[in-house]
Amino acid sequence: MIKLLKMMRDNQDRILTDWLDGLKASARRRDLIGDVEVKEHARKILTLISNPPPNTVLEDFSSEGWQTVRDQLMEISISRVAHGSSPSETAQFLLSLKPVMFKLIREQLTTAPDELFREIDVTNNFVDAMALHIAESYIQSRDKVIARQQEEMLELSTPVVMLWDGIVALPVIGTLDSSRAQMVMESLLHAIVQTNSRFAIIDITGVPTVDTLVAQHLLKTITAARLMGAECILSGIRPQIAQTIVHLGITLNDVVTRSKLSDAFRLALERSGRAVVQKAGQAPVVAPVAGVS
Amino acid sequence: MERIPILRIGSLLLVTIQVDLYDDLALQLQDDLSTRIADLGATGVLIDISALEIVDSFIGRTLANIAAIARVLDAETVVVGMQPAVAITLVELGMSLPGIRTALNVDLGMEYLRQAATGGDGVGTDHYAE
Amino acid sequence: METVSEQIITRSEILPIRTQIDLVHVRQRVRTWLSEERFTLIDQTKIVTAASELARNALEHGGGGQMEMSLLAVGARKGIRLKFSDQGPGIADITMALKDGYTTAGGMGLGLGGSKRLMSEFDIQSSPGAGTVVTVTRWK
Ligand SMILES: Nc1ncnc2c1ncn2[C@@H]1O[C@H](COP(=O)(O)OP(=O)(O)O)[C@@H](O)[C@H]1O
Ligand SMILES: [Mg+2]
Repeated sequence: MIKLLKMMRDNQDRILTDWLDGLKASARRRDLIGDVEVKEHARKILTLISNPPPNTVLEDFSSEGWQTVRDQLMEISISRVAHGSSPSETAQFLLSLKPVMFKLIREQLTTAPDELFREIDVTNNFVDAMALHIAESYIQSRDKVIARQQEEMLELSTPVVMLWDGIVALPVIGTLDSSRAQMVMESLLHAIVQTNSRFAIIDITGVPTVDTLVAQHLLKTITAARLMGAECILSGIRPQIAQTIVHLGITLNDVVTRSKLSDAFRLALERSGRAVVQKAGQAPVVAPVAGVS
Repeated sequence: MERIPILRIGSLLLVTIQVDLYDDLALQLQDDLSTRIADLGATGVLIDISALEIVDSFIGRTLANIAAIARVLDAETVVVGMQPAVAITLVELGMSLPGIRTALNVDLGMEYLRQAATGGDGVGTDHYAE
Repeated sequence: METVSEQIITRSEILPIRTQIDLVHVRQRVRTWLSEERFTLIDQTKIVTAASELARNALEHGGGGQMEMSLLAVGARKGIRLKFSDQGPGIADITMALKDGYTTAGGMGLGLGGSKRLMSEFDIQSSPGAGTVVTVTRWK
């Protein structure tokens, strides 16, 4: 393979041009990743392959010397994921190097058929190993992106809203599994500190079912909020959930509950020394109660 | 020996814990507070733990003891500023400190103590149900 | 390609537990490691709290001992392991000792049960006269 690498160094510009031409011919959706970027990727790969560090086990793509090439492939895969290339397009990027290399080897080794076959074989395996590696890197990169997006969606799906000065509400919508419950509850506790809220309403009208673990998370959060100096009011417990809670033997004795979010809000206002009053001919307004504040 | 300073504001005592509490230092604070409450006839004690990175069962128990001793000496105690991570951990540890009044910060804690002294309903959070 | 990743120790350190000040050092040292290794604040708080409980047990019930802390890696996954050992009187009834509220020394009785809840893995080896070793692990 030493000879092969020298061949690559001597013909680098031509290999690059032929490789890019071949890619253009095969690409179906060229607009996704720009020509300039593809060229840059191809150039980097060629330079790295033709100049491996000394003592690299050349034929073995998993050997230490090829680490820089593997890192570069990972980097390319990340950029391809970001551009929306498919995994096969990403692998195709490397596989297109094969015909270019075969042509070059044939030209240079016409007089030595044994060597010709060997180098073709080596090239074939090597490019396959690279294509496999970039495909795996692609999947890894995409999984990371998906995990991050899922996390972001979780956060988006449970916004803590400020209802009034000192009163926050967490309307939970959808099924709570243990990890989501934990995350939701942590964000509530942080919101309490950030907004300096003495009252927090957890509204579970939008939660279809509650299991033991989730009920325990709820209780722990309410207790933690109390340790921080805030009071939680639980609202919107559906009849089925009330039954489940009792059935599971969980006691909500120490928890203040209200059937509706609006009732919980009214209670929080009252506890913070305000009352909802209706003036003649006007809509109800919130007013501070004299003497308490 | 090292001591945690106790500040006096009117009839209230204010403690801000800023050092990593080793056990004897916590016990010393408990002693000092008991003496000061009695000597000054203090009506309230505010302990600011916003700088505390953990509360383990020993520190938790010390806080509970201080509150209980103060109550016997006719003073209210409020613990303020517990961080969310500390609160979550304390609950998981199994300590919910039911006998302790809490408030989000020093201002709200002071407000509660002043109202408690004049017999009004407080702004602190107690472990009360309906 | 599925490979079974081996658990390797990437870092380790031994700290003495002889005095109350050592308890403070244990907490601070564990905290430093955890923030260097970018554990979340909640994880840090849980682990440091468990360390405080178990170190205090080694000191108060076990007459002093040591903590060995190790950073673990299994593939890309990181964890911290804390091993508390002492040559004290040991524990006759471990099941009992693990119960919340059980104490032989006027404590809160939450140290063992609580640290078990705060960590991902919990192991205790002890018999009367043979000292106590508690090993806890939490994965990131
Ligand atoms: N290292 C130890 N050596 C001997 N006994 C221990 C040790 N750790 C715990 N124990 C026993 O287990 C009991 C429960 O421990 P723990 O849950 O930490 O509660 P506490 O320390 O408050 O008593 C202790 O009271 C003690 O009897
Ligand atoms: Mg203990």
